[in-house]
Amino acid sequence: MTTEPAAAGQRRPAAAPDHTLASFVTEVLADPSTHDRPALRRLRRENVTRPTFLIGAGTCGLGAGARDTRDAIYAFLYTHHLEADVVEVGCVGLCSAEPLVDIQLPGRTRLSFGPVRPGDVAELVDAVLWGTVPTDARLLGQHTQPGLIPWDGVPRLADHPFFAAQTRWVLESCGLSDPERLDEYLARGGYRALAKALREHTPEGVCDMVLRAGLRGRGGGGFPTGRKWELARAAEGTQKYLICNADEGDPGAFMDRAVIEGDPHRLVEGMIIAAYAIGATKAYVYIRAEYPLAITRLKKALAQAEAAGILGDDVLGSGVSLHIAIKQGAGAFVCGEETALIHSIMGRRGMPRPRPPFPVTSGLFDKPTVINNVETLANLPTLVGRGPEAFAAVGTEGSAGTKVFALSGDVVRTGLVEVAMGTSVRDIVFTVGGGVPHGKGFKAAQMGGPSGGCIPAQHLDIAVDYASLQEVGAMMGSGGLVVMDEDTCMVDVARFFMDFIQRESCGKCIPCREGTRRMLEILDRITQSRRDETGSDALKRFRRVMYLERLAEVIKETSLCGLGQSAPNPVLSALRWFRDEYEVHVFERRCPAHVCKELLTYTIDPERCRGCGLCAKECPTGAIIGERKKPYTIRVDMCIGCGNCLTACRLDAVQAA
Amino acid sequence: MVATHDPSELDPIVARYPDRRREHLIPLLQEVQDHCGYLSHDAMITVASALGLPVSKVYGVATFYNQFRFEPRGKVHCQVCRGTACHVKGSAHVLDTLERSLGVSAGHTGKDGVYSVEVVACMGACGLAPVVTINDTVHALVTPDGAKRLARVAAKQEAHRDDD
Repeated sequence: MTTEPAAAGQRRPAAAPDHTLASFVTEVLADPSTHDRPALRRLRRENVTRPTFLIGAGTCGLGAGARDTRDAIYAFLYTHHLEADVVEVGCVGLCSAEPLVDIQLPGRTRLSFGPVRPGDVAELVDAVLWGTVPTDARLLGQHTQPGLIPWDGVPRLADHPFFAAQTRWVLESCGLSDPERLDEYLARGGYRALAKALREHTPEGVCDMVLRAGLRGRGGGGFPTGRKWELARAAEGTQKYLICNADEGDPGAFMDRAVIEGDPHRLVEGMIIAAYAIGATKAYVYIRAEYPLAITRLKKALAQAEAAGILGDDVLGSGVSLHIAIKQGAGAFVCGEETALIHSIMGRRGMPRPRPPFPVTSGLFDKPTVINNVETLANLPTLVGRGPEAFAAVGTEGSAGTKVFALSGDVVRTGLVEVAMGTSVRDIVFTVGGGVPHGKGFKAAQMGGPSGGCIPAQHLDIAVDYASLQEVGAMMGSGGLVVMDEDTCMVDVARFFMDFIQRESCGKCIPCREGTRRMLEILDRITQSRRDETGSDALKRFRRVMYLERLAEVIKETSLCGLGQSAPNPVLSALRWFRDEYEVHVFERRCPAHVCKELLTYTIDPERCRGCGLCAKECPTGAIIGERKKPYTIRVDMCIGCGNCLTACRLDAVQAA
Repeated sequence: MVATHDPSELDPIVARYPDRRREHLIPLLQEVQDHCGYLSHDAMITVASALGLPVSKVYGVATFYNQFRFEPRGKVHCQVCRGTACHVKGSAHVLDTLERSLGVSAGHTGKDGVYSVEVVACMGACGLAPVVTINDTVHALVTPDGAKRLARVAAKQEAHRDDD
């Protein structure tokens, strides 16, 4: 095991030379009994020889200040002349408790703390090293590690409400191992599924296994993966391609990023299994340029796998050849669509084309191409390793296995959640997520991003699987789950998605390009004040509102690709469950949630106003008048409802109703 | 950041793609943007001739994707995430405050070249919404005032660096 120098700024030694790594891989994968060898147990940190600190260093962890916390730990170790290992691991998924720090002492079970700020480090580390655990809110729990002495009075992490309801397959090692090390992935049973597939199964066999397991695409559509592979296998042509779609464009979903950052080798293993099954010798990972850390880690993983003989002309000595290249996306939501993605890889504008021919028969460079999502591919090591029967045993009929959700928004515990299919939305939001904070009421859960819809409170008990979600007008999508509390305006949310879609529409087909813009205009009209309305404007506004639903249906039916066909979903879903909110906006000209700024009336409370003049300075129309040190007033006839005064006031004297 | 550059400095980047294939266009544009900070007209002409493509095609591709910029970045480059979670948590307010206080509208660079503000669709840190990055450092759970302060502090640091 490589040891981390206990001084700030020093990096770990370079990876072992190629031939030793390759022989290490061969030896580990020789037979399953190697799993229990002491060297591998050490790599799994079943026990440690000196204190070990593990810091969650995904993008979210770093954003929350994980590097500062790490430096504080280095500084503490340096000033106290302590020898210890400090390891940066991926994200365990509990974003709201970032920065997360795990501490493992020799012979003792591993403890998890979060959030740990740099200022907390000295006190916390000192206490743990002396054998006492501070039992405050930062203590999340201890890991379950047989053979080690557990800490008294410390709850098990597995019993923590965030983790108890989860079934972690794809996220199995995220947050537990160092994502930049191949040997740690191997020690945790990595690449064994690949070795098994190559040795014991033919490509048809692997394809058949995936079909029997009932794995469906996790990227949104839910097409059976095995079926897609069969079509590509049957397609004529010697050159076939595999593309991993890591262009996670859904604003509100981040599971692909977390999987690649936390366990990149799992994706590489899944890709090799898939490529073997369909007979592809060249694969691409199409990944968003907005994920620099994921790209770095994936590049490193690919280089390691190549050096170890896991990738290349002779995968694990089986004669199978596979090369994986990374293609960085350039920021276009529509590139999540298969044919648009292919155009983007080929250096063209990412515009979809009519199908058929489907990519499985004529895709990248007109060759048969299979496009799978990151999560789909990351499921393969588990599927092949445990066998299709064990995989199908979890989940529901028609939706086998688990699904990772990115839980965010107005919820106590945000983060990545992996649950068995069929778990209820209520369990995810209230048990795992801990419900809505600040005692506010739950309003809706938005699923599937700009292509999905929302689930209102009365349907919270719905099970998450492909069919049930569609019934209520939502969809699995890539797995973004944004919780909204009672202060959210559903018209505003629909407007937000429409604004996003019309900007991201590629412009090729008219229903999507023009239709989404018209829908946005209608929603804009609903949320704007009527101060500027003259003549027959009000009549026009009503007529447009009447057309909103019809327009949505036409866009759905006539658009070229999935982006356009699903674009009206957020509006339709909001109309279905929250029609009353639309009506209040349209007929009464007010926003019940006080979000649509222009529909609010602003006043200044003379009791609270001290006459500082900040609001008047910020007012773009000069509608706020008064003299210093005396209460100011807002001229309603001049106010355009921008809300600047509300933000400017530090005394809460400006009120909006 | 290089505001103007002479075309020959792109030669080593272009030389990495000798086989003039269309599929190299986007990676090449990305590398040029990484180097120059933005895509100038001259840079696009260089790329077009390197790959044997009409400049109009290069421009067409570059303007299609959100990643490409056609004016130089400011010394302090602020990216505001406008993902769903950030929206629910009030990122519209953060963006609005930044635009007003820095005097720069989204997608542009201020006349003095100090600040530039950009909207990004989602950075994937939704658990810590709203998120803002300033010169590629991610800041989580920002408030409108906090974002303004962070930008001002970054500008001071940049000014300091220029003095040294």
